[in-house]
Amino acid sequence: MAEEFPAENEPALLHENRRLFLKQSVTLAGLALAPTPFFGPAALNVEEIPGGDAENVKLSISVNGVKKSLSIDPRVTLLDLLRERLALTGTKKGCDFGQCGACTVHVDGQRVLSCLSLAVMQQDKKVVTIEGLGKLDQLHPLQEAFIKHDGFQCGYCTPGQLMSAACCIREGKAGSEAEIQEYMSGNLCRCGAYPNIVNAILEVKNSGQKV
Amino acid sequence: MINPKNIHASEPDASLDRVDGPVKVTGTAKYSAEYQFGQLTYAVLVTSSIAKGKIKSINASKAEKAPGVLTIIHHLNSPGIPGYPVVKQPAERAPLGTAFRVFYDELIYFNGQPVAMVVAETFEQAVHAASLVQVVYEVEEHQTDFEANISKAEMAPSVRRSKNSPFQDYDRGTTDAWKNAEVKISATYTIPTQHHQPLEPHAIIAVWEAADKLTVYDKNQGVKSAQGNLAQTFKLPRENVKVISKFIGGAFGSGIRVWPHTVAAVLAAKKLNRPVKLVLGRELMFTSVGYRPYTVQKIEMGATKAGMLIAITHEGIGQTSQYEEHLERTILASRAMYACPNVSTRYRLLSLDVNTPTWMRGPGDATGMFALESAVDEMAFALNMDPLEMRLKNHADSDPERNLPWSAKSLKACYLLGAEKFGWKNRALAPRSMKSNGWLVGYGMASSLYGFHRHPSKAKAIMLADGSVVVQSATMDIGPGTGTAMSRIAAKVLGVNPRKVRFEMGDSSLPDAPGQNGSSTIPSVGSAVHVVCESLRNKLVTLAEGMPGTSPSYANILKYHNLSQLEATEESKSGPERDQYSMYSFGCHFVEVHVKPLTGEVHVKKVVTCADVGKIINEKTARSQSIGGVVGGIGMALMEASVMDHRYGRYITSDLASYHIPVHADIPQIEVHYIDKPDMLVNPIGSKGLGEIAIVGVAAAVANAVFHATGKRVRELPITLEKLI
Repeated sequence: MAEEFPAENEPALLHENRRLFLKQSVTLAGLALAPTPFFGPAALNVEEIPGGDAENVKLSISVNGVKKSLSIDPRVTLLDLLRERLALTGTKKGCDFGQCGACTVHVDGQRVLSCLSLAVMQQDKKVVTIEGLGKLDQLHPLQEAFIKHDGFQCGYCTPGQLMSAACCIREGKAGSEAEIQEYMSGNLCRCGAYPNIVNAILEVKNSGQKV
Repeated sequence: MINPKNIHASEPDASLDRVDGPVKVTGTAKYSAEYQFGQLTYAVLVTSSIAKGKIKSINASKAEKAPGVLTIIHHLNSPGIPGYPVVKQPAERAPLGTAFRVFYDELIYFNGQPVAMVVAETFEQAVHAASLVQVVYEVEEHQTDFEANISKAEMAPSVRRSKNSPFQDYDRGTTDAWKNAEVKISATYTIPTQHHQPLEPHAIIAVWEAADKLTVYDKNQGVKSAQGNLAQTFKLPRENVKVISKFIGGAFGSGIRVWPHTVAAVLAAKKLNRPVKLVLGRELMFTSVGYRPYTVQKIEMGATKAGMLIAITHEGIGQTSQYEEHLERTILASRAMYACPNVSTRYRLLSLDVNTPTWMRGPGDATGMFALESAVDEMAFALNMDPLEMRLKNHADSDPERNLPWSAKSLKACYLLGAEKFGWKNRALAPRSMKSNGWLVGYGMASSLYGFHRHPSKAKAIMLADGSVVVQSATMDIGPGTGTAMSRIAAKVLGVNPRKVRFEMGDSSLPDAPGQNGSSTIPSVGSAVHVVCESLRNKLVTLAEGMPGTSPSYANILKYHNLSQLEATEESKSGPERDQYSMYSFGCHFVEVHVKPLTGEVHVKKVVTCADVGKIINEKTARSQSIGGVVGGIGMALMEASVMDHRYGRYITSDLASYHIPVHADIPQIEVHYIDKPDMLVNPIGSKGLGEIAIVGVAAAVANAVFHATGKRVRELPITLEKLI
């Protein structure tokens, strides 16, 4: 549940995480280029590494408060881990390029695009998905507000909007309509529910409820 | 006889929250790619990298050896689609009017055409193996550049063959009468190719339950038409094909047809005898599911000095593929919109080496009304007249095209209400004369219209023992809130709380209904739901006769008669009224933009939209639909353009970072108003369609506001900043 995480996050943390992400990415890219057979025998031929029968990698991860020990293909993104391996289909695949926000989840309390995150990089991380934000019989205040303000039509971008909205408030970036519009602009909605989404977020922020 | 009104409590007046709200906000609503199957396999398409030519060879041996690969299908080894004709040797180009056939022969018709499909145990394995498939082409010269080929446009062959086609050349009054008018304008308007890009990519899971029994979980806008299409394609009895589409993550027209990728997934599932999941990558969403076609329109218009329209000529040229025609209403609005004695329209198609376009929200009219409503604004400027006054002066009190009365029309009321709510009276007449904080301020407006569509629809209503109601129809919800509106209609007729109604749809085994398109769902299926609930109510009233007490509940009626449930099925369709009245939805939009003089940056600051669609069924969801249309129109006006590199005939805008759609920061609060007056001549619920008029005209209103702000008339969408500096 959302309570596991601090209500406010320092903006600096965001940058740190980004640096960490970059460092990890570089490390991974380095591994792929290294001549040593890190991915197992079939990976001896460097050319074959990106797509050979990559050896599964062990991953320990917490998803919605449940610890999971997994062995997975290192190419699997966090998004595909959730959707295709763990049957948590509430997190949506919209573009797979980090351009639409539909796949937004919380990793250690930060909003993260799960399509741009490799699952194996989430070792010991705490992931919260829409399934962990609230339940049908116990909706999160933002989920209630989205229903009240009709902040969606087709519903496909909705989980990502909600996960992003929770962090937007926690980050202290939901102070006004204009601020919400700016800090939610990474979450696209083709049905055009934007004004209703903004109204829902503003109402929850102003109510002072814990998100 | 019991008065049915006494049977139960009456419905609440307040708008209903979306009935599927809870499942959508909790992520528990299941979209097409989200059904769970053991033995599920993953398919990835390999697509052509040339726009025209032939496949010389396909080398899949490396891919076949990649781990997890189960099969690779292409035209050389395809098990064949039973509904396709036998391949000719040598292969011949399909004649115009042939739907694209997947893995059929070696011919390439467009860049991005599926040429092979890899199926593997996991998505990652399939993606990798697809990258190993080597295709060698024999390249032929292609033509994808609309402007360079525009002289080749011609009347569509199907129109030439059909004298009654609405796309025949049309002349009312005197041709070219505009030339002799006191005031005249002539202008050309261009709309680039634009893509639907729903947030959910098109997806399918194909499952063969038996050798002759198919179930697909597919993203589409019509389960019944998809069922019919797949039955025909795979030569199966219709009842052996089941199409499930419970939740659709937006479509806007992209799901009206059954596209080649769907057929490919079904073919692979058949070959493997395992469920196959295919989700189109975002880049394939640009070449696989249609688009709003590139269109060039020329409008010539003449008026008296007093502002009375004398003549309009409207010519439109739309893009299509080399294998199919795609006709849109582009020029039709000019015949019906204004009381104008002399109107001529011409409509032509230009075939290029591209995939076939399809209907996109407000098909044809969103395109045509951009031109017509921009031109009216240009004429008002030429006359030094308020553009709203110009429209009021030329209001068509009856349909000038069909010479019939309107079934209902409150467009004047829309204009006046919108103008008042917007503050139109504060608009200075001269362009570039209003400013705020260093930004240029512009007010623009435009009208909207869309024809009324009502198709035969069936619905079934079941009263359960506990007094709750299940209503079923094979209609769809791509987003507007079909289930919510239908629950409301059923609840009103039966006099129950809408929360006691469950509406079931998106399943081809339910009673016949049209797909969700052309703003036809509420007019068609809403009528069927109304009629079937009346029928069920009448049955219940009959059963209540002779029962003790004056006002038994539905549950008691069933209990008294020892019934576990009671059901009714009805069909509803149009009658002779279609020939007696002209039926349209109408509306108008008022837009305020701010433009930065130095950079040409355009911000939409305020929008007021008014609609006249007869009775509003559920205002809360209707408002969202209207807002969504305006947002789509702002995208169309200011940012959306699919740009092709004509050297390769390939889109260079092939993701959401380069194909720009509106984001939160682009959209202000949007005010929505309805006239909400039932039009009882169109159907028993008095309600017309809303989805299309919500977007039709918006692009013109934005362009007109930009002109008012800057004095620059941009006739080529989108209005990006380089066009303003």
